Amino acid sequence: MELLMQYIVTGLTVGSIYALLAIGFVTVYNITGILNFAQGEFAMIGALTCITFVNAGLPMYASIIFAILISATIGLIVERTAILHARNTSVIILIIITIGVSTFLKGMGLIIWGTNPKQLTPLIKMEPIHFMGAVINPQSIFIFIVLLILLAVLYVFFEKTYIGSALRACEKNPRAAKLMGINPSTMSALAFTLAAALGAIAGILITPITDATYEMGFLIGVKGFVGMVIGGMHSIPGAVAGALLVGLLETFSGGFISTFYSDAITFLVLILVLFFKPNGIFARASGERV
Amino acid sequence: MSKLEKVLYGNRLKPFLFLVGLILMLPFVVKSSYIFTILILIGIYSIVTLGLCLLIGYAGQISLGHAAFFGIGAYTSGVLTTSFQLSPWLALVIGMVTTFFIAYLIGIPILKLKGHFLALATLGINIIFYILILGLNQLTGGAAGLIGIPSLSLFGLPLTDKLFFYFFVWTAALLVLLLSLNIVRSHVGRVLRSIHDSEIATETLGVKVENYKVAIFALSAAFASLAGSMYAHYITFVAPPTFYITKSILFLIMVMVGGAGSVWGAILGTTVIMFLNEIIRFVGHTYFGISGEVEIVVYGLIIILIMMFLPKGLMHVISKPIQKLKQKKKVKIKSHKDMISQKGV
Amino acid sequence: MSKLLEVRGLTKQFGGVTAVSEISFDVGAGEIVAVIGPNGAGKTTLFNMISCFLSPTNGEAYFKGNKLTGQKIPQLAHLGIARTFQNLQIFHNLTVLENVMMGAHVKLKTNVVNAAFRLPRILKDERIAYDLALDAIHLVGLEELMFEQAGQLSYGLQKQLEFARAIVYKPDFIMLDEPMAGLNDYETNRMAGYIKKLKSEGISFLFVEHKMATVMELADRIIVLDFGKKIAEGTPDEIQQNAKVIAAYLGEEVV
Repeated sequence: MELLMQYIVTGLTVGSIYALLAIGFVTVYNITGILNFAQGEFAMIGALTCITFVNAGLPMYASIIFAILISATIGLIVERTAILHARNTSVIILIIITIGVSTFLKGMGLIIWGTNPKQLTPLIKMEPIHFMGAVINPQSIFIFIVLLILLAVLYVFFEKTYIGSALRACEKNPRAAKLMGINPSTMSALAFTLAAALGAIAGILITPITDATYEMGFLIGVKGFVGMVIGGMHSIPGAVAGALLVGLLETFSGGFISTFYSDAITFLVLILVLFFKPNGIFARASGERV
Repeated sequence: MSKLEKVLYGNRLKPFLFLVGLILMLPFVVKSSYIFTILILIGIYSIVTLGLCLLIGYAGQISLGHAAFFGIGAYTSGVLTTSFQLSPWLALVIGMVTTFFIAYLIGIPILKLKGHFLALATLGINIIFYILILGLNQLTGGAAGLIGIPSLSLFGLPLTDKLFFYFFVWTAALLVLLLSLNIVRSHVGRVLRSIHDSEIATETLGVKVENYKVAIFALSAAFASLAGSMYAHYITFVAPPTFYITKSILFLIMVMVGGAGSVWGAILGTTVIMFLNEIIRFVGHTYFGISGEVEIVVYGLIIILIMMFLPKGLMHVISKPIQKLKQKKKVKIKSHKDMISQKGV
Repeated sequence: MSKLLEVRGLTKQFGGVTAVSEISFDVGAGEIVAVIGPNGAGKTTLFNMISCFLSPTNGEAYFKGNKLTGQKIPQLAHLGIARTFQNLQIFHNLTVLENVMMGAHVKLKTNVVNAAFRLPRILKDERIAYDLALDAIHLVGLEELMFEQAGQLSYGLQKQLEFARAIVYKPDFIMLDEPMAGLNDYETNRMAGYIKKLKSEGISFLFVEHKMATVMELADRIIVLDFGKKIAEGTPDEIQQNAKVIAAYLGEEVV
C-alpha cells in the first residue's frame, strides 16, 4: 500500500512534467499541423538558463521569469526562421527540420553549459511530507500545483480572451479563420512561443529532482509526445491525462517489472495504443470517420 | 537497354559506370588510411540509405528506426560468430533473413500509420531495441559491448586488409544499388511513387498498397541488416550507442540531403554527410580548439538550411543542369515517341 | 439486357442520421445510369458504398452476381470496376504517361522480387503497360503532354488524365463521381464524347453529376435521390416530367 502510494505520487510528478510538454505539442500540432521534435529542448534551455541566472546571483523568481522569457523568445525565433519558411512542405521535411533544430539547440546547450549536470535548489524549502505511508517531496506538490494553475490560466486564455479564441478558431478551421481576418502565420508564431514557454517551465520544475544537462530534452520531449498521442492529439485535457498516464505507467512498470525496462514498456504501450486506439484511449467509439 | 526503358527512365549505364570508375580509381589516389576508413563506412551506410530511399523517397513512408535493423544485423553477426562460432557468412545471411521477417511482422500493423505517427512508432521500436541490447547483457555484452568479432575472409583472403574490405563493401553496395535501380525502373517503382502521391487512387487501380509498403519496409530492413553485419566485422566491436535513434536520424538525414527522389541521391547524401562530419570535426579541432560533440551545432544548422532551401536534396541540384542538356535531345525522343504512338493505334 | 450491377437495399446511418436509405437499382451491360439529387441527398455516400469505400449499415451490392459489399478496394479493379474521384486523385509527381500506365496494374505480374532481379517478365510488362496506356492517351488526346508532370496540367486536363487512367485496363464498369465538375462547356462536351465512345464499345457507366444538360444527354436511365431516399427512376424524359423530382429541385435550376 505504501509502495503503491509512492508510485502514484512519483508517477504523477513525472507525468505533470510530461503534461506541460504535451500541452505545448497539442497546441502547436493543432494549429500548425507540425509536430515539433525540438519541443523538449526548451525544457533544457529553460532549466539551464535559470540555473545560470541563479548562479549569477539573481533572485530565484526573477531567474525563473527571465528563463521562461528567453526560452519563449527562442521558440519564436525558431518559428520565424526555420518553420515559417517550410510550413507548406511535406511532413517528412518538417520532421527533419525540427530534428535539425533540436540538434542545433542541443549543440548550443553543450557549447554554453558543457557536459556536467547542473543542480538547482528546490523552490520551496520544506521537509518531505509523509502521507499515507508515502514520502512526498514538496517539489512534487509544487509541480502539481503549477500544472493545475497553468491549466486554469490556459483555460481562461483559450476560452475567455480574444487571442485564445482566435487560436482555437485556427485549430478548428484555418481557412475560415483566415477569412475572419485571423492570420494563421501569427497564430503559428504564438503557438510556438507558448509551447516553448511551457517547455521551459517543465524544465525548471524538474531540475531540482533530476538535475539538468544539455541532453535532457529529447527524451522528455518524446514522452510528452507519447502522452499527447495516448490522450488523442486534439485536446489539452486529453494530452494532460495521457501524459499523467505515461508518468504512472513509467513508475509502475519501473516498480513492478524493472526500472531498466520501463522506457521500453512505455514505448510498447505507445505502439499498442497506435495500433488499437489510433484516436487515443479516451476517444469515444464513433463510426463517423469518413 | 530497350528504347522504351530509355524513354521512361533515362539512362542508367553512364552514372553506374561513372560510379564504378570512381570506386576503382580512388584507391590509387587516396593514400590516407583515415580517409579509406571513411570510404568504407560510406559504402556500408550507403547500403542502409539505399533501402531507406526506396522506403522514404519512393513509397513515402518515414522511418526513424532503421538503426535498429542495422543493429539486428550487427548483433546477429556479432553474437553468432563469437558465442556460437558460426561462419561469418552464414551469420550474415541469418541476420538478413531474421531482420526481413521481423520487419515484415512489425511492418504489417505499423505501416497502417501515417506521417508523424509512423515516425513515432518506428522511433519507439528503435528505443525498445536499444534497451533490449543493453538489457540482454549475457548475450550482447550490455553497455560494455561485444568485442572480438572476427574479420571476414573471402576465398582464403582475409579481408582485414583495408583495400580488400573496401572493394568487398563497395561490391555489395553496387549490388544493392543495382537491385534498387531494378525495382525503381519497373512497374514497382511507379507503384511506390503512386502510393506516395495518393494511396486511395493507387488502391482503386487494384494495387494492394499495404503489401507493397510492407515488402519495401522489410527489404530496406534487410539491407540495413546486411550493412550492420559488415559494420560488425569491419570494426570487430559493437556497442549499443551505435544503434540509438541518433543513428536512425543520421540515416534519414543522409537520404534527405542527397535527395530522396533518386537512389543516386542516397549514395551522394551518405558521402556528403560523412565528409561533412569529418570536416566539421577537423575544423573545430584545429581552428577553434573545441572538442566533444560541439560539431552538432553546425551539423544541425546545415540540415535546417538544406531542408529549407533544397528540400529535394543535392541530387536535384546536380541533375537539373543535366536535364537541361537533355532538352536538346528531346526532339529526338519526340520523333521516337511519334513512331511508337503510331504503332500503338 | 443482362444485369451487371445490382444494388439491393443499401442503407447507411451515421450516428442517428440516415444518409442513405434502402436504395435498390440495377445497371445493365452497356448502359449509362446517372444518379442525381440536390446537395446532401446522399449521392456520394451511395457511390462510396458501392465502391467499397464505406461499409453499408444494411443491404448489399452485387457485380456480375458476385457480392461486392465487404470486398477490399483493390479487389474491385480485378473484378472490372474502375472509378474516378470528385476531388481528383491523380499522381502529381508522375508524368502523364506514368499515371496512365499505373492504370494497367491489374494486367501485370510484376512484383518486388521479379523486379529486383529484372526477370524477363518485367520487360514484357513494361511493354504491355505502355501499349495499353498509349491507347488510353490517344482516346483522350493527351499525346503531346505524355512526358509532362501530371501536377503541371490544368484542371481540365487532369480530369481527362484521371479518366484515361481509369479506362486503361478496359474495365466493364466505370463509376464517375462528378466527371464534369469544374469543366467548361468545351471540356464537358469532350468528356461526354469519350463516355459515348466507350459506351459504344459496350462499357457501362454509373455517374453522379450536377450538370443536368449532360445528364439528360448521356444517361439511359436516371435515379433521383432526395434526403437519402430514391424518389424516382426512369428515362431522362420521364424524369423531366416527374412531379416529385420537380418538387425536390424547386428553387434549383433544372435543365
